[in-house]
Amino acid sequence: MSRRVRIALKAFVWGAALFPLALLLCKFATDDLGVNPIDYVTRTLGDWTLRILLASLSMTPLRLLFGISWQMTLRRLLGLFAFFYASLHFSVWIVLDHFFDWPQMIADIFKRPYITVGMAALTLLVPLAATSTTRMVKRLGGANWRRLHKLVYAIGVLGVLHYLWLAKKGVNDPYWYAVALGILLSIRLGDWTRRFAKRRLQRAAASKREGYQRIQRVLLFVLLLIGLTAGIVPPAGGQALRLGRPAPEIAGAPWINSPPLTLSWLKGRVVLVEFWTHG
Amino acid sequence: MLIRRDPDIKSSEITDFTLYLNRRSFMIGAAALALAPSGPAVAAPSPPALQPLQAKRNEAFLVDDPPTKLESVTTYNNFYEFGVNKDDPARLAHTLKPRPWTVQVDGLVARPKTYDVDEIMRFGPLEERVYRLRCVEGWSMVIPWIGYPLASLIKRVEPTSKARFVEFTTLRDLEQFPGQRPGLFSFSSLDWPYVEGLRLDEALQPLTLLTFGLYGQVLPNQNGAPVRVVVPWKYGFKSGKSIVRIRFVSDQPKTTWEKAAPNEYGFYSNVNPAVDHPRWSQATERRIGEFRRRKTLMFNGYADQVASMYAGMDLKKNY
Repeated sequence: MSRRVRIALKAFVWGAALFPLALLLCKFATDDLGVNPIDYVTRTLGDWTLRILLASLSMTPLRLLFGISWQMTLRRLLGLFAFFYASLHFSVWIVLDHFFDWPQMIADIFKRPYITVGMAALTLLVPLAATSTTRMVKRLGGANWRRLHKLVYAIGVLGVLHYLWLAKKGVNDPYWYAVALGILLSIRLGDWTRRFAKRRLQRAAASKREGYQRIQRVLLFVLLLIGLTAGIVPPAGGQALRLGRPAPEIAGAPWINSPPLTLSWLKGRVVLVEFWTHG
Repeated sequence: MLIRRDPDIKSSEITDFTLYLNRRSFMIGAAALALAPSGPAVAAPSPPALQPLQAKRNEAFLVDDPPTKLESVTTYNNFYEFGVNKDDPARLAHTLKPRPWTVQVDGLVARPKTYDVDEIMRFGPLEERVYRLRCVEGWSMVIPWIGYPLASLIKRVEPTSKARFVEFTTLRDLEQFPGQRPGLFSFSSLDWPYVEGLRLDEALQPLTLLTFGLYGQVLPNQNGAPVRVVVPWKYGFKSGKSIVRIRFVSDQPKTTWEKAAPNEYGFYSNVNPAVDHPRWSQATERRIGEFRRRKTLMFNGYADQVASMYAGMDLKKNY
């Protein structure tokens, strides 16, 4: 992907991600936020937090399913926008909804399960946003960084639970988010189990190979022993043949289809020795 | 078969003052419609024009705070029969046909009868009362209702000594109430028809209003036309809308929300800042049109009139 295409793609994501906020501001300016504006703004920001979070979680499944990878560069941008909307959602809750009524809000965080999980999701997003820079990736080391950013799965689950637990009966939207998250996570789970199975197979194959090698080693040892013994005990009635020693001169054989060959003449050539007999 | 008579003065001949005051919003609406560049706004069926309803204001039932804007009252409310979102009722209100309409009054009464709604409307002098309305979700309004005390109707049908509760049933009609149709995978938001109930003494309490109108107008469809009850010291869902049956019974009725979530919506559901909804606090509320939350009042500010009915009761248990 060329640099220009990548920039255009990121510009598009910026525009798309900021559009809901622009729409809210526009509605605010024209006094079009409805009968219960604070409720409307809170819900809209919460909705977009989840949507963008799920969008960031769908980049890898897209790669796994379709083998495309140009979208992988958008993960960081989408993740940061999810954090941005979550922070706005939280700020509206503090400022507009409760107007800094800290005792009430803190009590709610501990007492109301949907607020507890929402707060947990936002808290967990903070380290991910803080370590989103390339420099932090380097500083943490790729493996550590990846391990830390696995938190995003927990955040997704907590975020959807937050919506599921606050919604009143008959409202189906949170279930759609749950289904979407379920699909995205199960695609990954499928990939993990496949990879895990593959690794196990590889390990099994490796251990099999190792077994063969051990047998080979034993055989080699036995052969070597035999060879050494053979070397030490000279065959009766013949000249001693030793490894690393010059071979004895070929003598005593009738030459059939060539003049007699000498060792000095063969020196430096490849010699194929074929043993055969006839009878 | 009931023959409907026209009232002596045709209500359509009188322009109500509040309607007069609202003329600007009608004009703005008309202008917006005229200026709308695309089709949908024009193509959508417009709700029937509201008929004025004459009633004398009862000065004994006023609220210090200003009433909530009519537009808010008629465009933001819960009426699951139309849908679960708060703009569904106003959007789909045209599907309900509030006339002809009958109300069956039966059960443990000496004179059970099925009335035409126009007949019931004449059982008491209609009066305007300004009440607070507190929704269980944490928002509230101030609404000038038009009706008469439910007690007037109850006395007319003479409940027997065995009658201890009153059950209100809302119309069940999948054509008129699209929210009652089974949705995806046949999931329904609630068990239909919608059933609510009151203890007989609660139903007889002078605050309990059999309601036919609001803001000087006939009840808009989305607010429970043609007849509903308003029980101002209880959370809004206790006030049944579009009622087709009022039944007197000896046992506590199983109400719709109680069936849906028994740990969240009890039979009493009195407004009580000290008893939380399991999922959220009820200590404060947002009055529609205001910025800051305000403290919720015990029995929604009607403690003087109703607290004695619950003397000695554990209100945490009887939520």
